[in-house]
Amino acid sequence: MSEFLPLSAAIVNSVHDGDCVALEGFTHLIPYAAGHEIIRQQRKNLTLVRMTPDVLYDQMIGAGSASKLIFSWGGNPGVGSLHRFREAIEQGWPRALEIEEHSHAGMAARYVAGASGLPFGVLRGYAGTDLPKHTSTIANIECPFTGEILTAVPALKPDVGIIHAQQADQHGNIGFWGIQGVQKEAVLSASRNIVTVEEIVDKLDSRTSVTIPSWAINSISVVPNGAHPSYAHGYYERDNVFYTDWEKISHDRAHFLEWIDAHIMQTKDFSEHLSMVNTEATQSRHRSETVHA
Amino acid sequence: MSATTDETMTVVASRELDDYSVCFVGIGMPSTAANLAKKMHAPHAVLIYESGTIGAKPTKPPLSIGDGELAETADSVVSVPEIFSYWLQAGRVDVGFLGAAQLDKFGNINTTVVGNYDNPKVRLPGAGGAPEIAASAKETFLILRQSKRAFVEKIDFRTSVGHGDGPGHRAKLGMRGAGPSVIITDIGVLRPEPETGEFILTALHPGRTIKEAKDATGWDLRISPNLTFTEAPTEHELLNLRLLEGATS
Repeated sequence: MSEFLPLSAAIVNSVHDGDCVALEGFTHLIPYAAGHEIIRQQRKNLTLVRMTPDVLYDQMIGAGSASKLIFSWGGNPGVGSLHRFREAIEQGWPRALEIEEHSHAGMAARYVAGASGLPFGVLRGYAGTDLPKHTSTIANIECPFTGEILTAVPALKPDVGIIHAQQADQHGNIGFWGIQGVQKEAVLSASRNIVTVEEIVDKLDSRTSVTIPSWAINSISVVPNGAHPSYAHGYYERDNVFYTDWEKISHDRAHFLEWIDAHIMQTKDFSEHLSMVNTEATQSRHRSETVHA
Repeated sequence: MSATTDETMTVVASRELDDYSVCFVGIGMPSTAANLAKKMHAPHAVLIYESGTIGAKPTKPPLSIGDGELAETADSVVSVPEIFSYWLQAGRVDVGFLGAAQLDKFGNINTTVVGNYDNPKVRLPGAGGAPEIAASAKETFLILRQSKRAFVEKIDFRTSVGHGDGPGHRAKLGMRGAGPSVIITDIGVLRPEPETGEFILTALHPGRTIKEAKDATGWDLRISPNLTFTEAPTEHELLNLRLLEGATS
């Protein structure tokens, strides 16, 4: 049965050094608040799992939370490179980052296998590519019925699955709608899970397309705007300016570390970080208005 | 109105997409071209984004493949496992529309690393949905600016298979789709020669030259004996493209 907890307590209880942690969200509903809390609590040696590591994982990798990354596409969507991700792989800063690289279809099959209690997933994938030469978790398998050669990938079974949803109801059922990604699979493949939500409601919104019942959820934390700068359909839009600004913030180590310190280490929670972001955005608008005046 | 080289590339690419075709769209130029096609000659084309939006009709090109507008305008929004299994892998996609960082003369593409995998010069984003789109879509269109850095004799990493090592290779790999049928660049259009699987220059954009195309290609680019010129973007196409792109800012 799910339990309502402050986010800091949920992370203390569920995320430990060395854990394998999947914070999922496919552009939409990315659990930024939870990722920040993991940085704030200085978890180390995590194996991070995500189909599309973007700015949140750039922050976690740059802050030194991870020793391994299992992924299929790492970039700042529509903007460019992830500088912290690249520097970890290209130069081992702030520490070496082992990578286990897949395609989206392969990662999806791995999550489905994990959520289904199967040892592996099967797909038509990777044939003729260089990925199997570098990724040991890709293997051929012969179909016992047709003899066709297919690809097998092992189940993903993270210690912790973390997602952000629009709503929870009073009973602790959680619901989300819009782009669903692999959030349901991330929760159901993991040994423990944490869900952050925008709000608690009497009855889940009629637009809800995925509901996960209370008894399959471990803990729920209410964090309004907890997916910022990504978006929560029906609540707030993607902060494209932040994604564009991340290019500058993350470009050099010193600037990045300053940002992590000010926005995460020196703030008590996500809402304090959000008010800093708002203040900075207002100041920057004023500056550009002054320049143009 | 005169078109920039990028605009010409996008407009010519958009003309490749047939009405009623089901197109799995990559972000960036493929998405802009596919959306332009929908506004022009292919209003019934179905656009699928890997975020799980089927039949998206965005009014502006999305910044990311998961923008809210894609979900709001889609006929159906499904999970990521479903989009890759029921829709792509099962053979329901006619065209995969992709970009790349590097490609070779067989249309194999690299979006993984420049340099050595274990000690890369430049770490690129990686595979994303591309390997399976390139394998399972009935055909693929590639769009990217032509340069010696991008059009190389040998790609550093084979992320997604085009015509592999040449004719017959895809069949041997068990691939169902026919592979890349066209590469649209800022200089012209390349199509594979059936006997060799090798991409050759089949058309130049107005004002561009064979020399420019050869100079921007890392392999010895061959020229089709039936080389043509593409039709310059019409006022109507340009206006619609600029309306689409203007809507992003």
